[in-house]
Amino acid sequence: MELETTHKRCTNFHQGDPSMKRRNFVQALALSASIAAIGLPVGAHAADTIKVGVLHSLSGTMAISETALKNVALMTIEEINAAGGVMGKKLEPVVVDPASNWPLFAEKARQLISQDKVAAVFGCWTSVSRKSVNPVFKELNGLLFYPVQYEGEELEKNVFYTGAAPNQQAIPAVEYLMSAEGGGAKRFVLLGTDYVYPRTTNKILRAFLKSKGVAEADIMEDYTPFGHSDYQTIIAKIKKFAAEGKKTAVISTINGDSNVPFYKELGNAGLKATDVPVVAFSVGEEELRGVDTKPLVGHLAAWNYFMTLKNPENDAFAKKYKEWAKKNGVPNADTVVTNDPMEATYVGIYMWKQAVEKAKSTETDKVIAALGGQTFKAPSGFTLTMDKTNHHLHKPVYIGEVRGDGQFDVVWKTKEPIRAQPWSPFIAGNEGKQKL
Amino acid sequence: MRLPLPRLLCACALVLAFLVAPARAALDEASLAGLAGDFQSRLDTIEALGVAGGEDARRVLDALEAGALGVAGGRAVIVQGESVVAAANGEALALAASAVETLTVNNRVRRALGTARAALALASADRGERLAAARTLADNAGQSLLPLFERALANEADDEIRGVLARAAARVNLSSADPAQRLKAARALGESSDPAVKALLAALLEKQGDVWVEPNGEVRAAADMAIHAIDRRIATAETVGTLFSGLSLGSILLLAALGLAITYGVMGVINMAHGELLMVGAYATFLVQGLFRSYLPAYVDWYVAAAIPAAFLAAALVGVAMERLVLRHLYGRPLESLLATWGLSLVLIQGARVVFGPQNVELANPAWMSGGIELAAGVVLPWNRIVIVGFAVFVLLLIWLMMQKTRLGMFVRAVTQNRAMAGCVGVPTARVDTLAFAIGSGVAGLGGLALSQIANVGPAMGSGYIVDAFMVVVLGGVGQLAGAVWAALGLGIVAKFLEGWAGAVIAKILVLVFIIVFIQKRPQGIFALKGRFADS
Repeated sequence: MELETTHKRCTNFHQGDPSMKRRNFVQALALSASIAAIGLPVGAHAADTIKVGVLHSLSGTMAISETALKNVALMTIEEINAAGGVMGKKLEPVVVDPASNWPLFAEKARQLISQDKVAAVFGCWTSVSRKSVNPVFKELNGLLFYPVQYEGEELEKNVFYTGAAPNQQAIPAVEYLMSAEGGGAKRFVLLGTDYVYPRTTNKILRAFLKSKGVAEADIMEDYTPFGHSDYQTIIAKIKKFAAEGKKTAVISTINGDSNVPFYKELGNAGLKATDVPVVAFSVGEEELRGVDTKPLVGHLAAWNYFMTLKNPENDAFAKKYKEWAKKNGVPNADTVVTNDPMEATYVGIYMWKQAVEKAKSTETDKVIAALGGQTFKAPSGFTLTMDKTNHHLHKPVYIGEVRGDGQFDVVWKTKEPIRAQPWSPFIAGNEGKQKL
Repeated sequence: MRLPLPRLLCACALVLAFLVAPARAALDEASLAGLAGDFQSRLDTIEALGVAGGEDARRVLDALEAGALGVAGGRAVIVQGESVVAAANGEALALAASAVETLTVNNRVRRALGTARAALALASADRGERLAAARTLADNAGQSLLPLFERALANEADDEIRGVLARAAARVNLSSADPAQRLKAARALGESSDPAVKALLAALLEKQGDVWVEPNGEVRAAADMAIHAIDRRIATAETVGTLFSGLSLGSILLLAALGLAITYGVMGVINMAHGELLMVGAYATFLVQGLFRSYLPAYVDWYVAAAIPAAFLAAALVGVAMERLVLRHLYGRPLESLLATWGLSLVLIQGARVVFGPQNVELANPAWMSGGIELAAGVVLPWNRIVIVGFAVFVLLLIWLMMQKTRLGMFVRAVTQNRAMAGCVGVPTARVDTLAFAIGSGVAGLGGLALSQIANVGPAMGSGYIVDAFMVVVLGGVGQLAGAVWAALGLGIVAKFLEGWAGAVIAKILVLVFIIVFIQKRPQGIFALKGRFADS
């Protein structure tokens, strides 16, 4: 099916001006390569299925993080189908690859909603990709489930956020660093990739730190481009900053595969977690698979889920995913891991299923109305609730330290799920914006 | 001031340890009581254990590190499998392992543990261990460690270790009540090159209201001098560090661009797939690592050396295939060859994605390439980058020898300078093209090997370097190896100084602007072919 379509487009190309043939060949070559990269919808049309879109980068700088989300979405859909589907209909996944290319996310989202007529889309990782698809979902009245922690400052009618808002991840992490257990940090380096999530998170954190009495001179902020791989200068700067007295901690919002060279350089430069701990908001089990973790032991990550959590739901979730990966020939299937955004994807798909069943329809407006107040017993060990008004989940917060095997030891956690505050109180003018 | 009791107990344990039997004190329950207290008293207890020293202390610290130390009924205990023993003396207790609340080892505890272990190691017979221990302790120097420093100083014969210990003791003495002690300490600290020490000294020179933090004028003057001495040392070390980062970036740019300088120079082919040849080299390195891991696990640290010929050959073979199958038919048509090589790059990226998966693959630095040399506190030259600079010099030397001393090199130069004339005098230009392309591609493969040690290896890794490589070649002057070298080093050092000053994002923009301006003023690059043989 895939090959056929590709071939058809190629032949169409050749029926043109004969003098253009060579260029056509090259273009067709390029086209077929990119089409193969995109991956075409699988499965045949049938009236008795409900289509759902999966919109994650399977190539480019974000593939390191997003590929696993596509996998877990497919696994969950399979699981739902095996249990009888939704309202007696089977789900049919439509997988597209926006290739870490932000404008392409919008194009692909438009294709999913208007051509493939999907009932809901599960996708995006970076905030810039979400910002890029938001207008599309608004215009076509689609439904997006966004599974990654983000900077807040947004509340879209057509989007449900199953990842953490800043008060469910960033703020508790910084509070931990400032506590005696966390080392009592007094100076902070805010380091991130240069786009909307790190910039906004750091703006919130700066305001938060100021409210806690941290002076301007004790905060250093620095950004690198996507895919940056030379962290020598920045690490030298951090070392210098940390040596100027007072206990220092680094808050990293570096995204994608830049984390590998960053942590490698950190290890080589001899910055140990016991001296200058790094707490990361976008580094989980999956990202650490590509890293030699020995020099990283003790560095921190803040999430709402860790693979090492001990509870029956999580044991089952991790086991299911491992089996699915083996069965479906995921590369390095014996070492696959689960992480926070994967759990959020899983929860999101089930919440959508429950809402559709409650609304007895896949119509966007009816599903949106049914989603508020849905609950689901999640692998994070708590029964999570979709907030009635703000489209966010109530989530527990965990802080973990990297172990030698790339997993995390939980060193701190909240007693119960926390309600999200998408509009941070630390940004002026946000009062009274908590509802849609 | 919430914890006078545990602190007092620790202090008692400390004093007892010194007075009664310096290294062999059996632990008593009191010295471990702090473990059952709150977080801070736990940390104090752990550090005091190291200062006290002895086998029992070591045993307790080992248990803590292994996550076996816990508290049951206000008493420190060690879990050994199913049974539980008292931490102080190892006697068996009638307790279930499940009744014990084991202590969480987080960063803060690990730091205390590190200090305690270093305090123990200060009595080691091995010089390296003592030095490392002294350095660790100097970083965490506190009042409680002062007697330990003095005891160690009295026994230590090695000058370097004595220096570290003396400065550590001086850091503590800086807050001594005796002005003479403070003066001595401030003078001793002038020998340091640690910014943390500078911060300590600078604190003395501040005024709180109208009163100096340091009342004694002489001490203030000494502190001021010490700060200047430290500043000079730090500034030198930093400049060297930045120069080195620039050199390292330059050597990477050079490795990425050298192959392109050859192929572009000889054949005038704008090879858009050059970045993918880097990727081929990097994946070849990955495969060699895999082979070593499965068949020669004992020598896995040397896979990088074995990968040199593998990366070269793999990329060279791909290069020859590209040249023979596609480029040969497109000579003299730069636009078409540009498009064709771009298409080839997509094919290669997709091929890698199919074979190796879309995710980055893991390449571990061998042990001998991990870590670095510390120039001064805060300035570290990492081994992997030092090795890559050396490797770039090695590759450059090989290419220079090949171009200047071999018949093939002479042919390549002849074809570069004047293809038609070279053909007239019997140089087999088609074969030279193929060989030159193979060598250029092979060198790109070596670049990929170098990149695999510091950056990510994934299907699209090459596209990130193609722009940089072209920048170097164009800036250096087409067909000029010397130009490529100067351009790569220049760009590397300029980029690193700019980055230190303006940040990575702005630095990248400034470098591109600089190149645009430079090329407008001097389109032929830094070095240009001159004279009659230059193609007009």
